[in-house]
Amino acid sequence: MKTICLYFEIHQPIHLKRYRFFDIGTDHYYYDDYENERVITELFEKSYRPALQTMLDMIAENDKAFKVAFSISGVSLELIEQYAPEMLDLLGRLAATGCVEFLAEPYSHGLSSLGNTENFVAETKRQAKKIKLLFGQNPKVFRNSSLIYNDEIGATVADMGFKGMMVEGAKHILGWKSPHYIYSCAQDSRLSLILRDYKLSDDIGLRFNDASWSEYPLMADKWLGWVSSLPEGENVVGIMMELAALGYYQPLSSHILDFLRALPKLAKQMGVQFATPSEVLAKNKPVGPLEVTYPVSWNDEERDTSSMLGNGMQREAFNKLYDENIVGRILASRDRRIQQDWDRLQATENFRFMTTKNNGMGNYRGIYDSEYDAFTNYMNILGDFLKRVKDMFPDSVENDELNSLYTQIANMGEELNVKDNEISRLRARLKQLGSPEEEPKVEETPAPAKEAPAKKEPAKKAEPKKAPAKKEPAKKAEPKKKAPAKKAKAK
Amino acid sequence: MKVLMFGWEFPPKIYGGLAVASYGITKGLSLQGDVETTFCMPKPTGQEEGFLKIVNMSQVPVVWRDVWYDNIKDRFVGHTAEDYYRFRDHLYADFNYLQGLDDMGCIGFAGGYPGNLHEEINNFSIIAGVLARSEQFDLIHAHDWLTYPAGVHAKIVSGKPLCIHVHATDFDRSRGKVNPTVYSIEKNGMDHADCIMCVSELTRQTVINQYHQDPRKCVAMHNAVYPLSEEIQSIVPNKKKGEKVVTYLGRITMQKGPEYFLEAAKRVLERSRNIRFCFAGSGDMMSAMIELAASYGIADRCHFPGFQRGKQVYECYKNSDVFVMPSVSEPFGIAPLEAMQCGCPSIISKQSGCGEILKNVIKVDYWDIDAMADAIYSICQYDALHNYLAEEGIKEVDQITWEKVGLRIRECYNQLTSRGWFDNGDYLNAVKNI
Repeated sequence: MKTICLYFEIHQPIHLKRYRFFDIGTDHYYYDDYENERVITELFEKSYRPALQTMLDMIAENDKAFKVAFSISGVSLELIEQYAPEMLDLLGRLAATGCVEFLAEPYSHGLSSLGNTENFVAETKRQAKKIKLLFGQNPKVFRNSSLIYNDEIGATVADMGFKGMMVEGAKHILGWKSPHYIYSCAQDSRLSLILRDYKLSDDIGLRFNDASWSEYPLMADKWLGWVSSLPEGENVVGIMMELAALGYYQPLSSHILDFLRALPKLAKQMGVQFATPSEVLAKNKPVGPLEVTYPVSWNDEERDTSSMLGNGMQREAFNKLYDENIVGRILASRDRRIQQDWDRLQATENFRFMTTKNNGMGNYRGIYDSEYDAFTNYMNILGDFLKRVKDMFPDSVENDELNSLYTQIANMGEELNVKDNEISRLRARLKQLGSPEEEPKVEETPAPAKEAPAKKEPAKKAEPKKAPAKKEPAKKAEPKKKAPAKKAKAK
Repeated sequence: MKVLMFGWEFPPKIYGGLAVASYGITKGLSLQGDVETTFCMPKPTGQEEGFLKIVNMSQVPVVWRDVWYDNIKDRFVGHTAEDYYRFRDHLYADFNYLQGLDDMGCIGFAGGYPGNLHEEINNFSIIAGVLARSEQFDLIHAHDWLTYPAGVHAKIVSGKPLCIHVHATDFDRSRGKVNPTVYSIEKNGMDHADCIMCVSELTRQTVINQYHQDPRKCVAMHNAVYPLSEEIQSIVPNKKKGEKVVTYLGRITMQKGPEYFLEAAKRVLERSRNIRFCFAGSGDMMSAMIELAASYGIADRCHFPGFQRGKQVYECYKNSDVFVMPSVSEPFGIAPLEAMQCGCPSIISKQSGCGEILKNVIKVDYWDIDAMADAIYSICQYDALHNYLAEEGIKEVDQITWEKVGLRIRECYNQLTSRGWFDNGDYLNAVKNI
């Protein structure tokens, strides 16, 4: 049975404001609030609200036969929380139907998968946490910003424990293979890949309202006809696009939502079903590994990273942003403003605004006039940001030192906790000594706490020596602290 | 095809951009092989390149004088004594009343832009009447307003189509406060012209809106540059490490907006002291600029080397890290193209015509000094941007050649000469694909 795996990206970058070089060092607020509010409200009114409402109706109308997946970047969640909180409610209602799956993605919608693995892992976890908090789901499937993928990214994602990942079904990585099967990552077979069918996806997301297209106007039965007439065995059709395609890129007047609404019923008649990525992965096993040496993405005709890292300016900005020294300091710092600015500066759009490529469709450059304008403005902001990061710690402090200092502080916090537990346990003991018959009962509850301090004891003694102090708690601590320890070990 | 062309300047004697453009256009046309250009100018030096026929307007007779061949044959610069006698056979009125006639019956020209410019323009057009009667040609091409009256005269005499080339309008030169005499000469020339070639779309719009011309006969004909000679390419830049040079090159006059450059310089220098600003050129606002720089306390970082000639210009580009052209109104502006040829990134005002065909430059509004300062700072600060603009700039500007301009002009010529009496040429479509 043909299965449509429908997935929408919800992402809107936080626009940077006009920032001149003489603002460097004096102005630390980088965002164009007006533009941000305008864009997100417009998107919400024109696209997100009607589209999500339609999907809610579709799920109710079709006895939950309609399934859909979303991924929302952390930065756009911040925007939505601030300017369109109503949308969270809509998404929450969708989540409650059980027909909707939320995917994980890097919090910043940035290029950290190519720039810094440590940061990539950290921000993905942060994003997953946020999704769990808002919608009560633990994401099982991952999608990278702009669907960027290569074997190494796949391996990292598998290490994070994700079952599957969305990947662009680009011709140059598939060759003779069909995008309608599940593949596995070439470096780590635990990770399955769901491929995007760019032809069928773009028919809706890109060409739907294009009167010069030979298939215009596109009707639901025609489109489903293409799906159902795929060869025997080609069962998974990954339809992925931005949610803004419904109603914004393809205006509501093109009746794109009516098209969408007609899909489930017709699909039932034609023997096509909908499934969330997790369901797809549960039912379909990978047919073989897919090797991807160079990164692919869903951008432009080339489907590579050239629209983000194609020219010297973009690479310069990228290298400055993901400078190892800087990333280490930011990860080590607990400054929330720095963290937030860092997330917002990473968004891929900042790089796409600098593209000098002619993609034949005209480039959207946000508030900027030209690629040079975008570069200049971004570099000015980045200059100020990097200065702030550097000013947090003196230059002489090495990253490793910083990490160990911070780990120590974190460890001390834990030790204090442990000691508190111990104290309360002992106090309880003292009380019990007064009434000895209850002893076995109480012994049970503090038992785990007792185990922990036993383990910790040597760590505390070894504190002056750096390495063991770090290793000990790291084994137990959450992954955030594990990463720096690992790095220190490698060095 | 024979073209009678009127111009005021021609290399090697260069007063401004007009000479360079005249050279490029005639050279581009000559490369097609079948275009024969007769270039009429006030005072040639005799060192002009030989791909076109030069007529020396100072040695074309307007009154009959009985002169011996042997006496005068060695005196001609430009055309020959034989031409002189042919011209003398086509006198059309008695101009004996004119002042300054020499023994050959010719009116002398001072060359360049003297005080009695209007008189010279008038004389130029009187002589054009003689030429139009004695020469055979298919059309007339007049460069810049100084030669429009001559072109119009030649058209009335010969009935051949007139094409005028608008290198600048008085609206550009005067920031809107036009000189009525100049305006009337320009307007008259445009009214009589069959085809108006403007050096940019910006100029074309001025011609359409301010001179009320039919858009159908106006066509944008962007300028180009010639590839650098070996001599210039071999100039080794003499850059100081750790110090950046930002250059303004052009007349220091109202039209070119030097004060905006100075204001931007002030802003940049507030942040970074290792940048020098060079105002290459001379002009009526030079002393005012020096005083302003001194009052801002940045005179130690601003340099005024004066008017640059020939090779000096290229040395200046090569030694610069950024070239800025903040013109308030620039019909075309060849300078940024030359800077880009030398690998120097350019910042130009959006009010410059060359911006229409250039992609790898930074464009800012001339009045937006913050944006200008920002652009200067970022090119100096970020090597990636500097290198990108330098490399891509050279590639881009190499594609802008006079050969292509010549082809476009030729297409307009074809339209002009082949059309019927009442039929309007479709120049815009003709040049669209070249």
